[in-house]
Amino acid sequence: MAEIEALIKAFSGHGVDEKTVISILGNSQPEHRQAFRKEGGFFAEDERRFERWNDHHVKLLKHEFMRFKNAVVLWAMHPWERDARLIKEALKKGPNSNSVIVEIASTRSSDELLGARKAYHSLFEHSIEEDVASHIHGKEKKLLVALVSAYRYEGPKVKEDVAKSEAKALISAVKNAEKQNPIENDEVVRILSTRSKPHLKSVFKHYKEIAGQHFEDELDVHLILQAAVQCLITPQSYFSRVLDEAMRDGADKNTKKGLTRVLVTRADVDIRAISDDYRNHYAIPLADKIEAKAKGSYKEFLLTLMARGS
Amino acid sequence: MATLVAPVQHSHIEDAKALYKACKGWGTDEKAVISILGHRTAAQRQQIRLAYQNLYQEDLVKRLESELSGAFEKAVYRWILEPADRDAVLANVAIKKACPDYHVIIEIACVHSPEELLAVRRAYQLSYKLSLEEDVAAHTTGDLRKLLVALVSVLRYDGPEINARLAKSEADILEDAIKNKAFNHEEVIRILTTRSKAQLMATFNRYRDDCGTSITKIIRNAIKGAGTDEDALTRVIVTRAEKDLKVIKEVYYKRNSVTLEQAVAKDTSGDYNAFLLTLLGKAD
Repeated sequence: MAEIEALIKAFSGHGVDEKTVISILGNSQPEHRQAFRKEGGFFAEDERRFERWNDHHVKLLKHEFMRFKNAVVLWAMHPWERDARLIKEALKKGPNSNSVIVEIASTRSSDELLGARKAYHSLFEHSIEEDVASHIHGKEKKLLVALVSAYRYEGPKVKEDVAKSEAKALISAVKNAEKQNPIENDEVVRILSTRSKPHLKSVFKHYKEIAGQHFEDELDVHLILQAAVQCLITPQSYFSRVLDEAMRDGADKNTKKGLTRVLVTRADVDIRAISDDYRNHYAIPLADKIEAKAKGSYKEFLLTLMARGS
Repeated sequence: MATLVAPVQHSHIEDAKALYKACKGWGTDEKAVISILGHRTAAQRQQIRLAYQNLYQEDLVKRLESELSGAFEKAVYRWILEPADRDAVLANVAIKKACPDYHVIIEIACVHSPEELLAVRRAYQLSYKLSLEEDVAAHTTGDLRKLLVALVSVLRYDGPEINARLAKSEADILEDAIKNKAFNHEEVIRILTTRSKAQLMATFNRYRDDCGTSITKIIRNAIKGAGTDEDALTRVIVTRAEKDLKVIKEVYYKRNSVTLEQAVAKDTSGDYNAFLLTLLGKAD
């Protein structure tokens, strides 16, 4: 039935198409709802002869309904509290969310990251570095602790000779990748976590000139390292990739959250530049993609954030 | 408690004029410099600097740098800067030595409150166009780098909350590391460089309860002594005169059976000696 299909569609994607749900489900008679239960795929035949909500689907629906509420709450938050809570959530979720920690530590300004660290004290009675150091294990720990502890110089001054020699150190770390994962290399960690962003731009420029390859292209198997480099130097293309992955069909729960996170955290910063990058990369305007993949109030909210002031 | 003796009322304009007079012409009236600056609080010193700038279109700091010399000049320079600027200078000097003076970095990183350390980091960036951790990292290697960079980068939680279970488990980690003489053990560095001071105190107390000896005794025996050099003497007296030098004096006396004043008198002379004693609270 066309209406059942429309209803299923209203529940799939990012957020819920409330208007469709109201008009179809709200107007339905008992027999329509029974048809929906029998054919929707959200229910299963129980042994005692009734169609029972699939628990897993109820959970998914809960997440979709909450998407709008979470976006609103996150948007209204002070940026410091927002970043502190995002980092805490990422720590709770485990190693697959380490990239979120890298994202926040590397794309914020020095004072924004500092503010997040202070807010974290208030909210969780620990420092971010304390929690990252004690909850993260394995190769990524060194870099992650260093990134969240950074208070980078933000002036334009760059020492080219130092940048050049640091590019050489990176080249050597990459050459040595078989023996030691570059992410654990002390020089790599030092350079990426202490140097200013203009300095790093210069380091990577020298890297390309000497090695013939972009540093970040050599890091295909070292995804967290690659993410750090992109976040530090080309955040807009990093964010547009996160958005694309979030809206891909079959994206998992955590990846989907990237849509809210990027829109809300960048709407006041560089969402236009991200949008331009998205269109260049994926051949479709970001707003159009969101229009296609998101639903209801959640969709309206995101598109409104993007369109503000234009 | 502070040892500095400073008047409640003062005229920074009169002070600025008096300092100008002391520096004018050939030679310098060091006694006048000591009698004024040695009896002014940080806030008063900054007011005097401002007044001097307004009256004579010159930075008092630069004037004193050119008029004074040696250990005395170093001490006065340290004294007249704002605390955050001063510590940034101390850190930079320590880093740039052929053999970086890591005690100074550790001292600056550990003695200050998180906000004070932050102020030092900002002052460092302003003065040297680099971040403190950048410079520390670039001038150290290996485990020392790991420790020092983490120490200067951390923004410790400053609340009083303590987790007793955590204190026990981390005291055990320290005990293991010490038994195996593995002071560079990653977990040791993690604990020392990220936990809040309250939590660390709880951990050290737990360690003492379990092992019978205080952890600081063990560390002191394991690390070579700092020795009493001029720089250290100046640094401690100048940076603590307005804070807790009185307490430090008492501890010093208990440990060494001579007063700090006697030690200063023995090891220093001239204007440098007079300046330090003034900061220690000696009456003129």
